Amino acid sequence: MAIVPTSHVLIVSALLVCIGAFGVLLRRNLLFMLLSLEVMLNGAALAFIGASARWQQPDGQIFVMFIMAMAAAEVAVGLALFLQIYRQLSTLDADALDVMRG
Amino acid sequence: MTQVFYAASALAVVAAFLTVTRSNALHAVLYLVLALFALAIDFLVLGAPFIAALEIIVYAGAIVVVILFVIMMVAGGAASGEQERRWLPPRAWIVPSLLAGALAVLTIGSLAAGGGQAITATTIGPREVGAVLFTTYLIGVELASVLLLAGLVGAYYLGARD
Repeated sequence: MAIVPTSHVLIVSALLVCIGAFGVLLRRNLLFMLLSLEVMLNGAALAFIGASARWQQPDGQIFVMFIMAMAAAEVAVGLALFLQIYRQLSTLDADALDVMRG
Repeated sequence: MTQVFYAASALAVVAAFLTVTRSNALHAVLYLVLALFALAIDFLVLGAPFIAALEIIVYAGAIVVVILFVIMMVAGGAASGEQERRWLPPRAWIVPSLLAGALAVLTIGSLAAGGGQAITATTIGPREVGAVLFTTYLIGVELASVLLLAGLVGAYYLGARD
């Protein structure tokens, strides 16, 4: 029983990635940029699941698990960085981070 | 099942758009949770029940809760929503919309022309995933554990007050 054409899954995935990229470009707050990155990662995950269903192999699902592990590590380090930035600059404005200090 | 896929996909896309455009951080995170749940339904329809469960438990459960904690520590209530609205004047939308729109038109245009073979409903359960994960991709599991350890140590080091 056919559910959907493969291209429709990929179109939804491409839409999610484009929305995430739009958010990264649009926002100035670092927290919202991180949320947009999560949206982009989920778009990529949908493409992997679609490919996994198309060829009926579990490999795509395994790569989604790796994406989740990567996202967890990224969020942990990113949020720790944001807290440190907020402590030093009292803002999460990405434009305020224009000075490099050792 | 076809209608379920399209409905969940539409919900995911709308919720994702609201996530990246809301000015209140808590609302944005709740829309992200909605998008993740809709995507979990998509995964379920596409025959990946294990990943659908992981999406809810790990993503909507663990990762989003960590983001919520930091929002509550950083963005002090309603004041940040006001600041976000000041940071998002109408002219700030022009260039990102043009760039993301061009990207969307190019990718979706090339995908829509292809058509592609239909996906059939075959469920690949945790048993098959686990069997391949711990044989073919065992080195990936080990590397992911090292990555998570590095993330833990990095977050601890960066989070420490100096």
